[in-house]
Amino acid sequence: MQGHGTAAGEESAAQQTRYFVPPPSRWPLVGAVALFCIGLGAAFALNGMLLGPLSLGAGVAILVWMLVGWFRDVIRESRAGSYRAREDMSFRWGMGWFIFSEVMFFAAFFGALYYVRVIALPELGDETHKLLWPDFNPAWPLQTAPGIDAVYQAMGAWGLPAINTAILLSSGGTLTWAHWGMIEGKRSQLAWGLGITVLLGMLFLSLQAYEYHHALSELGLSFASGAYGMTFYMMTGFHGMHVLVGTLILAVIWVRVLRGHFSEHNHFAFEAAAWYWHFVDVVWLLLFVFVYWL
Amino acid sequence: MLPLRLALIVSALSPGVVLAAELNLQPPVTSVARSIYDLHTLLLYITVAIVVIVFSVMFYAIIRHRKSAGRSAKQFHENTTVEIIWTAIPLLILVGMAWPATQAILAQKSTRGEDMTVKVTGYQWKWQYDYLDDGVAFMSHLTTPRDGTLKTAGGPYLLEVDEPLVVPTGKKVRLLLTANDVIHSWWVPALGVKQDAIPGYVRDTWFKVDKPGVYRGQCAELCGKDHGFMPIVVDARSPEDYQQWLAAKKVAAAAKAEDPNKVWTLPELMARGEKVYLQNCVACHMANGAGVPGTFPALAGSKIATTDKPGHIDMVLNGSKKNAAMAAWGKQLSDTEIAAVISYERNAWGNNTGDAVQPKDIKAARGGKV
Amino acid sequence: MNIADGTQVASHIQHDKPRGLARWLFATNHKDIGTLYLWFSFAMFISGGVMALGIRAELFSPGLQFWQPELFNQLTTLHGLVMVFGAIMPAFTGLANWMLPLMIGAPDMAFARMNNWSFWLLPPAALLLMISFWVPGGAAAAGWTLYAPLSTQGGMGTDLTIFAIHILGVSSIMGAINIVVTVLNLRAPGMTLMKMPMFAWASLITAYLIIAVMPVLAGVVTMVLTDRHFGTHFFNAAGGGDPVMYQHIFWFFGHPEVYIMALPAFGIVSQVIPTFARKPLFGYTSMVYATSSIAILSFMVWAHHMFTTGMPATAQLFFMYATMLIAVPTGVKVFNWVATMWEGAMTFETPMLFAIGFVMLFTIGGLSGVILSVAAVDIQLQDTYYVVAHFHYVLVAGALFSLFSAVYYWFPKMTGKMYSEKLGQLHFWWSLVWFNITFFPMHFLGLAGMPRRIPDYALQFTDFNAIASVGAFMFGFGQLIFFYNMVRSIRHGQPAPQKPWEGANTLEWAIATPAPYHSFVVAPQLEVGDNGVILEMKGGEHH
Ligand code: HEA
Ligand code: HEA
Ligand code: HEC
Ligand code: CUA
Ligand SMILES: [Cu+2]
Repeated sequence: MQGHGTAAGEESAAQQTRYFVPPPSRWPLVGAVALFCIGLGAAFALNGMLLGPLSLGAGVAILVWMLVGWFRDVIRESRAGSYRAREDMSFRWGMGWFIFSEVMFFAAFFGALYYVRVIALPELGDETHKLLWPDFNPAWPLQTAPGIDAVYQAMGAWGLPAINTAILLSSGGTLTWAHWGMIEGKRSQLAWGLGITVLLGMLFLSLQAYEYHHALSELGLSFASGAYGMTFYMMTGFHGMHVLVGTLILAVIWVRVLRGHFSEHNHFAFEAAAWYWHFVDVVWLLLFVFVYWL
Repeated sequence: MLPLRLALIVSALSPGVVLAAELNLQPPVTSVARSIYDLHTLLLYITVAIVVIVFSVMFYAIIRHRKSAGRSAKQFHENTTVEIIWTAIPLLILVGMAWPATQAILAQKSTRGEDMTVKVTGYQWKWQYDYLDDGVAFMSHLTTPRDGTLKTAGGPYLLEVDEPLVVPTGKKVRLLLTANDVIHSWWVPALGVKQDAIPGYVRDTWFKVDKPGVYRGQCAELCGKDHGFMPIVVDARSPEDYQQWLAAKKVAAAAKAEDPNKVWTLPELMARGEKVYLQNCVACHMANGAGVPGTFPALAGSKIATTDKPGHIDMVLNGSKKNAAMAAWGKQLSDTEIAAVISYERNAWGNNTGDAVQPKDIKAARGGKV
Repeated sequence: MNIADGTQVASHIQHDKPRGLARWLFATNHKDIGTLYLWFSFAMFISGGVMALGIRAELFSPGLQFWQPELFNQLTTLHGLVMVFGAIMPAFTGLANWMLPLMIGAPDMAFARMNNWSFWLLPPAALLLMISFWVPGGAAAAGWTLYAPLSTQGGMGTDLTIFAIHILGVSSIMGAINIVVTVLNLRAPGMTLMKMPMFAWASLITAYLIIAVMPVLAGVVTMVLTDRHFGTHFFNAAGGGDPVMYQHIFWFFGHPEVYIMALPAFGIVSQVIPTFARKPLFGYTSMVYATSSIAILSFMVWAHHMFTTGMPATAQLFFMYATMLIAVPTGVKVFNWVATMWEGAMTFETPMLFAIGFVMLFTIGGLSGVILSVAAVDIQLQDTYYVVAHFHYVLVAGALFSLFSAVYYWFPKMTGKMYSEKLGQLHFWWSLVWFNITFFPMHFLGLAGMPRRIPDYALQFTDFNAIASVGAFMFGFGQLIFFYNMVRSIRHGQPAPQKPWEGANTLEWAIATPAPYHSFVVAPQLEVGDNGVILEMKGGEHH
C-alpha cells in the first residue's frame, strides 16, 4: 500500500499488502447486552426498584467478561503478528481521537466550573438578586449557598492535594523511564518502572479516598454542598475513576511485560496506556490549579 | 365527521377571529414590537429575493440544460472570480441585515428609566404579578374550563385569565421576572416581549403600550404538563383608568385580608379549601384527589392526608425535599388558605378524618417565620 | 469457525461470508454493518414518525382528543430524540460504513470489530427509550433538549433516557473514530485528501464534530442525573447553580449536532448532482473549505438558541453575527451545486430529484434560520412553530431527503438490483408535495403566535393545524411507497449493471455490482481527479 510516512519504515509497508480485518466476533454483542443491563439496572436502582441492583450487577459482570474476552482476542492477534505498520497507525490515530473525546468530556465539567464561578455566582450576589437572595455572598470558595443552610469548609490546596500532585507527576516520570527501558531493551528497567507507576497510582487512589473521608466527616463537605461541593466531587471523582482505569490498564500491561510480550519496535499497547496515563496526569494538574488552588 | 364538528365549534365560538387566516406577526402596539415587525418584513423581502434569484438560475438550468433537450455537458468546474463574488455578496447582504438588527436589539435591551416595576413570577402553571411600587400582588390563573368542551369562561379559548396584568398606557413598565419551580417564558406578541423566567434568578425586560386594549399571550417555554395552559393577559388602560383600578385593587386587598386568629368551622374550611385546591393543587393532584400515577401522588387515601397531620402541614408549607414539583406553598398562600386546603384534603374524597386545621396551627408550624 | 478463538485470525481475511443470524450478530464486515445501520434507522424513522402522527392527530383540532398533556409532551420529546439519535445519525453512519471503504479503496473500516459494537449498542439504547413509555411516570417529557430543571422533575423515564443517551454517545463516538481513522489511514494509493470524494470529506468532518460534542452531551446529562439523585445543584440556584448553564452546555453540543445532521447530506448531494449533471462538481476545493468553516463556526454560535434567556446585549450581538456568518459558506455550497447543474446534461432519476428537492427546501430552511438568527426577531419566534417549521425544512427536506437520494443512488451497488424508477418518482413527488403542505403552514402559525410543545391551542390556529395534520398523515403514507419499493426491488428487482448511472465515476462504480463481499482486499493504484473521480485504476483484489 501507499506509504503514509509510517514510522515502521519501507520494508514493513511494502510487505503489508493486506490490512487485518478480524473475523466475526461475539464480544460486541455481549458488550451491548452488558450496557443494556447496566443502563436499565441503574435507572431501576435509582428509583428503588428491586430489579435494579440485580440487572446492574449482571450487566457489570457481563461487561467484565466481555472486556477480558475481547482483550484476550486482541492480545492473541497481536502476538500472532497480525498487526503491522498500517494497523499500528490505525491504533495510534484511534487512541488519539479517543483521548480527544475524553478531553471534551472533562471540558464540559471545567466549563461548568468556569460558568458557576465567573457568571452564575457573581450574578446571584449582585444588586438585582438581593430581591431573591438578600444575604448571599458569592466569595469563592463558597462556604454556603443561596438556599442552603449548612455551612461547610473548602478543601485546601497545599496539604494532601499537593502530595497527590507530586505522586502523579512522579508516576509520569517513572512511566517515561519505563518507556526508555522498553525502547532500549532494558527489560528490568521496564518492569520496575512500570511496577512503580502502578504502585504510585494505587497510592494516589488511597490518598484520595482518605481525602474524601476527611472532607465528608470533618469539613462537612458533600456532593450536596452547593456549587463548591458539586464541582469538587464531580471533577475529582471522574478524574479518580480515570486513574483507577489507568492503573488497571497499566497493571495488565505490567503482567504482559513480565510475560515477555512486546518488543523494542512493537509495543503500542504500552504506549497507548502511557498516553492515557499522561492525559490523566494533565487533567489532574488542571484540577489542582482550578479546583484546589485558585 | 371531525371537520364538521370542528366547523360547528368554530362558528359557534368566535366566527370572526378564527376564519381570518393569520399569516403574519400580530399587529404591534409598542415601539419594540413595531421594530421587530418592520425588521421581519425587511428580512422576508431579502430572503424571498434570494430564493427567487437562486431558484430562477437553478430552474433555468433544469429546464434548458437537460440531456433530453439534447445538451451535452460542458466540463468547466472552477472559476475563482465567481467564487469570490458569491462569497462577498452574501456577506454584504448580511451586513445590511445586521445593521438594523443591532439597533433593534439595543433598544430592546435598554430596560431602565422605567415609570413602574412589576415583578412577575412563573409558577407551574400560573403567573404571579407583584406591583413593587404599590404593594398590590395577585395570581393570574387560566379560566377556560378544562373539561375538553371548548367552552370558554367568556374570553378566547385558552387565552383568558381571572386576573390580567393591568398596566397604564404611555408608561415604561419594567418587568422583573423570576420563577418558582422551572423555567417559564413570559410572552405577549403584540408587545414584542418574550423573556424567560428563570428560577432563582431575576431577568428584566420592558414595554410601553401605545393604545389601550387587551393583549394576549402565553407561556413560551416548556414547563411541564400544563405548559399549554398558562396564558398571559395584559390589560392596558389609560393612566386615569389605571389609577382607578389600582385604588380599587388596594381597597379590595385590605377587605380580603382575613383575621388570622379567627377560628373556622369545618364546613367553612372545606368550602374555602376547595377553592384554594382548585386554584393551586388540582393541576397535579387532580380534582378527585387521585393524582397522576407515577408522577403526582394521590391524596385520596394517602397516608399523609389521612394520618400524619404534622407531616401534611409540613409538606404543604415547606414543599417536598425529594421532588421540587411539590412546591413550598407557604411562600404563596396565607395561613388561612393553607389551613383551609389541608382541612379540605383531610376530609374530601373519603378522607373523612374530621380534622379542622386552623390558621393558628399554620402560624405555629411556620415557627414565627413567614 | 470458533469466533471467539483468536488463534485462527493470523490468516487475514480468509473467513468467508458467514451465514444465518451469526452473519448479522457477529458481523465485522462494513457492508453488513452498514446494512444493519440502515434498517435500524428506518425502523426508528417509522417509530419516530408514528409519534409525530400522534402529535399531529392531537393537534388536528383544538381541545384534547387523544392524549393527556403529559403523554403529549412525552411524544414530542421522544419524537425528537428518536428522529435525531435513532433515525438520522445512524443512517448517515450506516451510509458511511457502506460506502466509505468503497469510495476510497479501503479493505474495510479501520476497526471492524469495534464497528460492530457501535452498531449493536443502538438497539439497547432504543429499547431503553421505548421501555420508558411503560414505566411509572412515563417517558421523559422535558423536550428533546431535556432542559433542567424541568428534567430534574421527571420520573424514572428521564433516568432511562439519560442512560440511553450515554449509550448512544458511546456508540456514535466509536463510530466516528472509526470513520476518521478509516479516512485518514486507509485510503488507497493515489486517493489523496484533496482529491477524495466530498462524501468522504463530509463524513470526516462530521465524525470530528461527533467526537468533539457527544462527550459534552454525556457530561451535561450526567449533571442532570446527579441533580436528580445525588443532591448536587448544577442547575439549581439554591446551591449556586444555574438552569441557564444547562442550556449553554447543551447547545454547545446541540448546535454542532444540527450540522452533524447536515454535513453528510451536503456530501451526498455533492456526489449525486455531478453524476446526473454529467459534469464535475463545481468548486471542489472551495466546497472542502466551506464544509470546514461551517464545522468551525458551529462551535461559536450555540447561544442563538437562548436569545430569550436574558443575556446581555453584547452576547446577543456576538452570537447573532457569528450565526449569520454561517450563511456565507453554506451559500457557497448552494451556489456550487447550482453551478454544477449549469451547462450540464441533466437527467432526473430519483436520486437527482431528491437532491434537487434537497437544495431547494434546504435553502428555504436555511433562510428561515437566518431570520431566526437575528436576535431581535427571534424574540418573537423563539419556541414557536416558526422554529418547528425551520428545523423540519432542514431536517426532513434536508437530512431525510438527502438520505433518500443516497439510498436510491447506491441501491444498485448495495443490492445488485435496480429499484423501480416509477415508484421512486412517485415517492419523490408525493413527499415533496405533502412535505410542504405539512410544514409550510407552520411558519404562519409561528408568526401568528402559536407556541411549540402544546397539546391544545387557541382557536385562531385551527385551520393551519388541520392542514398540517392532513399533510403529515399523507406524507407518512408516502413513506410506505418507499418501503414497498425497497423490499420488492431487493427481492424481484432487475439485475443492476456495474454502473447504472452514466455520469458516475467515483471508485465504488469501478467495481462489480453488487459490491463483492470483501472489496479492496488489496488496494488498487489510483489516479484521481477532484471529488474522487477515478482517472485510472490498476490492480486491486476482491473476493
Ligand atoms: C440539519 C439541521 C439544521 C441546520 C442545517 C440548521 C441551520 C441553521 N439554523 Fe437551525 N435549528 C435546527 C436545525 C438546523 N438548523 C434545529 C433542530 C433547531 C431547533 C432546536 C430546538 O430548539 O429543538 C434549530 C433552531 C435554530 C435557531 C433557534 C431558534 C429558536 O429556538 O429561537 C436558530 C437561530 O439562530 C437557527 C439558525 C440557523 C441558521 C442561521 C442556520 C444556517 O446554517 C443556515 C444556512 C443556510 C442558508 C442561509 C441558505 C443557503 C444560503 C444562501 C442561498 C446564501 C445567501 C443567503 C444569505 C445572504 C442570507 N436554528
Ligand atoms: C430529526 C429528524 C426529524 C424528522 C425526520 C421529523 C419528522 C416529522 N416531524 Fe418532527 N421534530 C424533530 C425532528 C424530526 N421530525 C425534533 C428534533 C422536534 C423537536 C422535539 C421537541 O420539541 O423536543 C420535532 C418536533 C415536531 C413537532 C412539534 C411538536 C411539539 O412542539 O409539540 C411536530 C408537529 O407537527 C413534528 C412533526 C413531524 C412530522 C409530521 C414528521 C414527518 O416527517 C414524519 C413522517 C414519518 C412517518 C409518518 C412514519 C413513516 C410512515 C409510516 C409509519 C407509514 C404509516 C403511515 C400512515 C398510516 C399514514 N415534529
Ligand atoms: C406541580 C405539581 C404539584 C402541585 C401544583 C401540587 N403538588 Fe402536592 N405533590 C406534588 C408531588 C410531585 C408530590 C410528591 C412529593 C414527594 O414525592 O416527596 C406531592 C405531594 C403532596 C402531598 C403528600 C402526599 C403523600 O401522600 O405523600 C400533599 C399532602 C400535597 N402534595 C398537597 C398539595 C397541596 C395542598 C397543593 C396545593 C396547594 C399541592 N399539593 C400542589 C406535586 C404538586
Ligand atoms: Cu410555563 Cu410553559
Ligand atoms: Cu443552532
